[in-house]
Amino acid sequence: MSPVDQSFTALPLHRLADAALQRARDFGVSHADFRLERLRGQRLGLRDAELEGVHDTDEVGFGVRVILDGTWGFASGVDLTAQEVVRVTEEAVRVAQVSAAISPVAVELVGEAVHADATWVSAYDVNPLDVPVAEKAETLTDWSRRVLAHEVVQHVSASLSQVVENKFYADLAGTVTTQQRVRLAPELTIHGIDRSGSRFDSMTTLAPPVGRGYEYVTGGYDWDTELAELPDLLGQKLAAPTVEPGTYDLVVDPTNLWLTIHESIGHATELDRALGYEANYAGTSFATYDKLGSLRYGSEHLNITGDRTVEHGLSTIGYDDDGVVGQQWTIVDRGTLVGYQVDRSMAALKQMERSNGCAYADSPRHVPVQRMANVSLQPDPDGPSTAGLIGDVDNGIYVVGDKSWSIDMQRFNFQFTGQRFYAIRGGELAGQLRDVAYQATTTDFWGSMSAVGGPQTWRLGGTFSCGKAQPGQSAPVSHGCPSAVFRGVRILNTATESGR
Amino acid sequence: MANPALPELVDRGLAASTADGCVIIVDHETTANLRWANNTLTTNGSGRGTVVTAISTVDSSAGTAAASLTRTVTGLEALGALVSDADAAACEASPAPDANPLVTGDADPGWDELPEVTGIGVFEAFSPALGDAMGRARGSGRVLYGFVEHTCTSTYLGTSTGLRRRHVQPGGHVSITAKDESLTRSAWVGQSTRDFADVDASALDAELDRRLGWAERSVSLEPGRYDTVLPPAAVADLMIYAYWTAGARAAHEGQTVFGRPGGGTRIGEQLSTKPVTLSSDPASPGLESAPFVIARSSTAKQSVFDNGSPVGATDWIERGTLTNLLQTRHSAQLTGHDVTPVVDNLKVFVDDATGSTEDLLAGIERGLLLTCLWYIREVDPQTLLLTGLTRDGVYLVEHGEITGAVNNFRFNESPIDLLGRFSHAGSSVPSFSREWGDYFLRTATPALRVPDFNMSSVSQAH
Repeated sequence: MSPVDQSFTALPLHRLADAALQRARDFGVSHADFRLERLRGQRLGLRDAELEGVHDTDEVGFGVRVILDGTWGFASGVDLTAQEVVRVTEEAVRVAQVSAAISPVAVELVGEAVHADATWVSAYDVNPLDVPVAEKAETLTDWSRRVLAHEVVQHVSASLSQVVENKFYADLAGTVTTQQRVRLAPELTIHGIDRSGSRFDSMTTLAPPVGRGYEYVTGGYDWDTELAELPDLLGQKLAAPTVEPGTYDLVVDPTNLWLTIHESIGHATELDRALGYEANYAGTSFATYDKLGSLRYGSEHLNITGDRTVEHGLSTIGYDDDGVVGQQWTIVDRGTLVGYQVDRSMAALKQMERSNGCAYADSPRHVPVQRMANVSLQPDPDGPSTAGLIGDVDNGIYVVGDKSWSIDMQRFNFQFTGQRFYAIRGGELAGQLRDVAYQATTTDFWGSMSAVGGPQTWRLGGTFSCGKAQPGQSAPVSHGCPSAVFRGVRILNTATESGR
Repeated sequence: MANPALPELVDRGLAASTADGCVIIVDHETTANLRWANNTLTTNGSGRGTVVTAISTVDSSAGTAAASLTRTVTGLEALGALVSDADAAACEASPAPDANPLVTGDADPGWDELPEVTGIGVFEAFSPALGDAMGRARGSGRVLYGFVEHTCTSTYLGTSTGLRRRHVQPGGHVSITAKDESLTRSAWVGQSTRDFADVDASALDAELDRRLGWAERSVSLEPGRYDTVLPPAAVADLMIYAYWTAGARAAHEGQTVFGRPGGGTRIGEQLSTKPVTLSSDPASPGLESAPFVIARSSTAKQSVFDNGSPVGATDWIERGTLTNLLQTRHSAQLTGHDVTPVVDNLKVFVDDATGSTEDLLAGIERGLLLTCLWYIREVDPQTLLLTGLTRDGVYLVEHGEITGAVNNFRFNESPIDLLGRFSHAGSSVPSFSREWGDYFLRTATPALRVPDFNMSSVSQAH
């Protein structure tokens, strides 16, 4: 395990935490926590192999959260002095007092084990922020030039986002944690037009964002093959026939399916949503608490886990922002809803024995809320390859890569597009199709899942920026899944939908 | 920073730089918020902080390179380190394609004034009124969910070429969702505000009550094309996305609805036969925004070299014709058009259109009135086909009257297409986008009636 960055541990973490917790104790709070964070990021953007911009960010600050007479209070600051920490703690108490008039329901937290002075660092080899910008720009320039050399590619954009996240947490119960997470997202998109000159389209690399270091760029992914194949694949897409709308069997590749899991299972099984806490913004869930243990979410092939421990997962942590240790648990067992993602306050609301560690704040300026674990679909231990799944489909479509996504506020009705859609005829791929979108209702879709691939098809996808809460917060999260077969799914022709 | 001397921070940062050019942007932000659900508070917060962006530029025979760093800064030592790191990064950088001379000028009047601030006290009148509304809701079998936020950002921008510009941006919003006890009827109201003085919690609560009343009769409808009135909030939901898509560089490269496949923008082309205008103006009353460019990094739609240059009133689509796109000086040079930077507000209006949303219902034989749209995503960039959902109130209109509520729908529509298809429009009024309002506060839009709005499928969501 790499050590926590010394520039973070050199900050007066414990001294400031003591100042906050002592001042909070003076007001008789039932809970107080102090969280100090440093978030360093860098984004390189290139357009047509020229560096469009490099932007470095470095946010340092702290937040104090209290429960006073059953009401939350939260305040944040940036000046790392004991005097300012005390002022911000008093402000958190004042926020709780102002809020008391609209807080008839007392907040409680489920009890959790104390973790005194625990340290955790995510799995990575090379801190990407230690790599010279020139070296990173050279790699992205090389990638861009390679694809630009192909006649179908008119333009190319490339980017590399990197984050190093340090969190220090201390609460009145005695938990003290210090953590470091590293993640990065390389991406390249090519643009071209068809032979008639009347239609343009684009295609983006399938490489997912990961909780890894710069070794992901230099050898942790087969960039050479993907970059070599991408222009021809775009050329095929531009020349492809438009899809006939109707009902098809789908084989969905994990490069696309991770996002469908994220939207239709990940968000739907957040207990705060199911209890209405996001009703004014992100929405609620059809998977309400009264259905726990009985809701048929999908077919018997549907086995879903919540996970904050998988190596290189973007939501993987040692301890969450309630001080709870990272865990793995079951959400859907053979098609039946059996669990939720919760934080300490949500767990207490439903008299659960403990939290499964899903509290997260994306910034020291923001209050922790319940956020998504790495919610993943398990493979069939003896399942076939993707080609084997395709071989079992007579008239269908194979879906690769994520693109457009949208789902309603109770997570029923969704519509997704992809990077590539291939016709399947008689168990064989029969060329690309264009203008394809699939649309379904969550339980119908997962109920139609007739087979999942084996462990050899399982892959971790994900995003840097899952949005939730007000003020808006952005969280990184991964989802693992195998390829899977879905029967009788509605396919739209997007050109027809737009009235062309 | 206990007593921030923010103009001095700009001057000291510029003085510390050894690069050929430098821009310092100091943002001092204060913010407060309350959030509630199930008739009780859920989270809240109050905060303040100062972040500084240092942009250094270095000239060479190959061109001018730039580096941009943004950090939390709490003292002069941290400021010095930031500027030094930006200078060093610029020395290592390759020439910037968007390089242009830094903007010159003098100090704005009021440059030396202190930052303006907000805090949790801004809700001192709203909070008890909300408490009363919650009490009424509990007594009448309704459930309230909502959020209020107020932020004040004071920005001080200086360049090594003498420019000193200051802008204070207050902004806030309130949005409330109400449901009946069965959670099957749902209504929503939202409002943008500069200072919360114009937010009336009781009036918002009464409007929610009225809308839940409209939903006492429930009707199921199939997907299809409906004669549909989009209120100003729903028009803002769609037109903000169109505005964000209007980057000149992407259009010039033939990658958006505003460009031609193969290259070239559609500026000068008639997109709609209707006298509809999309425009922005930083001085627009009630929608005031920064009158100069604030760019902390370079992208296709903004350039760090343009920092401090004036932002003016701009028509993007004038009476149906595409007239301007979001330009940097660099993209203007590429495309041969005027420099028309991004403005942080958007107005949509139709010549001679008058009346309210409810006035537009008058001529409808059988159709729909929407509340707002949600989860809007791009399906096809060539037509700007967007998909999304109706949310928190789709009302059946029969013979000009609201006669009940219907199920939600997924739509597939292009906002550019809609500009050519609407049959009636109302007056342009201040609006708040449900989908994007948390990030784009300042809009004025009309209600639009579209005779054939494409509801692609039914959503079971309540």
